[in-house]
Amino acid sequence: MRNTPLLQARDLVRRYGMRRGLLGRSVDITAVAGVSLTLERGRTLGLVGESGCGKSTTGRMVLGLETPDAGSVEFEGRIMPPPGTAAWRAMRARMQMVFQDPLGALDRRMNVAAQIAEPLEIHGIGDAAARAARVEALLRNVGLRPDQALRYPHELSGGQRQRVVMARALATEPALLVCDEPISALDVSIQAQVMNLLVELQAEHGMAVLFISHDLRAVRQVSERVAVMYLGTIVEEGTPDALLHDAQHPYTRALVSAIPHPGRGGNRIVLQGDPPNPAARPSGCPFHPRCPVAVARCSTEAPSLRDHPDGRRVACHLAEPAAIAKAA
Amino acid sequence: MSDLAIAAPVAAPAKARLHIPPGVAIGLGWILLMLAVAFLADIISPYGYTALDLRNRLSPPIGFGGVWAHPLGTDELGRDVLSRLIHSIRMSLLIAFGATIIGAAFGTTMGFLAAHFRGLVEQAVLALVDFSAALPFLILALAVLAFFGNSLWLFIVLLGFHAWERYARIARGLAISAGAQGYAAAVRQLGARPLRVYARHILPNIASTLIISMTLAFPEVILLESGLSFLGLGVQPPATSLGNMVGYGREYLTRAPWILLAPAFTIILTTLAISIVGDWLRDKLDPTLR
Repeated sequence: MRNTPLLQARDLVRRYGMRRGLLGRSVDITAVAGVSLTLERGRTLGLVGESGCGKSTTGRMVLGLETPDAGSVEFEGRIMPPPGTAAWRAMRARMQMVFQDPLGALDRRMNVAAQIAEPLEIHGIGDAAARAARVEALLRNVGLRPDQALRYPHELSGGQRQRVVMARALATEPALLVCDEPISALDVSIQAQVMNLLVELQAEHGMAVLFISHDLRAVRQVSERVAVMYLGTIVEEGTPDALLHDAQHPYTRALVSAIPHPGRGGNRIVLQGDPPNPAARPSGCPFHPRCPVAVARCSTEAPSLRDHPDGRRVACHLAEPAAIAKAA
Repeated sequence: MSDLAIAAPVAAPAKARLHIPPGVAIGLGWILLMLAVAFLADIISPYGYTALDLRNRLSPPIGFGGVWAHPLGTDELGRDVLSRLIHSIRMSLLIAFGATIIGAAFGTTMGFLAAHFRGLVEQAVLALVDFSAALPFLILALAVLAFFGNSLWLFIVLLGFHAWERYARIARGLAISAGAQGYAAAVRQLGARPLRVYARHILPNIASTLIISMTLAFPEVILLESGLSFLGLGVQPPATSLGNMVGYGREYLTRAPWILLAPAFTIILTTLAISIVGDWLRDKLDPTLR
């Protein structure tokens, strides 16, 4: 049990049917096309990519909120039960989610304390007094005052609401926390506070975190490993430093160069072509129509995610240092 | 965050709870009076509602040449209008409350079932909703009453099905949007059973809309009951209801208008009071509007 990773997802695929027009044929959209993830206990994996690349869908499948069309999710060595079953519900106490929009994720007719106590009630943890004490501890834990317990969500600020969502997620001491764009809906000044809080909470509670974001800098701040997604596949995975300073995949390099740096101008890589459309996946490497270094092989053969000696994984035919140098 | 901002929300709810606008206070008072009348009908009515006083037939109310023995006058058989009004209020409130609650409970349940299961169940519920909305209710009522005879409970249940499709539509639509909006999905994600999600989260969140719908349906039920009683399909004599009184008072409209006007004014005031109070209640039930 100790040796198995906390979470192991293998070759997850998720397709959605979409009908074009009133009488049009149903078109399959592949939101996630074969994603494999491994997350160890207490570690953090960042998942970055532009919107529509399937990172949220991956997060939902990892949590068991959606059933993958192919592939499997194992949590603590057990296969994820189908959503809605008793086994699935019991598993919720071990894995929790922090949402992008905290106001939407909270019931506006319930005060904060009742909402934080809700997972404890659902999973039958403790009696009324123990729950009240736990709620107070959690509130202090996330930096809210005890007198804010009786407030309603609309009476709190955006950052405070996200703290409430975090307190609720941590109530059952989960082993896995999936944060789906937890800071995108917040002010920039609040973002840093919430990020710091997340790091503190992880140090204290020791849960593993899957941090989904489109902001590479935010991901770097919290993650031990980062996976970059493009059009439903992971194109590169490695430590944040390796990705930021020595990106191997052309898409990662473009993403890194898009991070604003004071004093550095001019050498941004601007990608050509259209943003990716999951309804019309290109043949071969999904990135080849926009890739500045694509070769003929890229349009016919999809590269697999290969392990590199330095511990990272890259899905690119040209990802050997010599090949990249030659192409560039 | 200053101390001022902390103090304000603590003080506000106590003040808000005490403050009832005068219109609402009158409405509440009227509803309470009606309820008291309904519950105490046997005690406060001066005569039995079938008791005849043949010497005082068609006696006008006090102020129009009537006698103190019959403050609101008597009808063509010498029955005391006040006593009949009191018993009618009891009967009509029973029917209207019963039917409204049955309709709301049934419709909301069907709406939640459709929203929860989707697929075939939803299609079936929506087909029933369309069927119910398309069929003139009077024809349905005539058919049911003709086949099953007329009993009070059957009548109440029948009227309950008058507006169920409205609640079903509202409940289904709001439950689906609540699931997509996040809070319901978030609670489900916490491991809550569907019953908890619907009863503790979705129902309180959509209750304001349902209550408004009920306050709109309540007067409709009273009027429908009046209409059916007027046609002779509703409450059967010698039992009496507000609509029944209006229906039979019609024949004496020119000679003895008080027989018809007393129940008519009661219907108007009660439905108005319930609309006003329902509107106020909707605001009170929503903590975000405080």
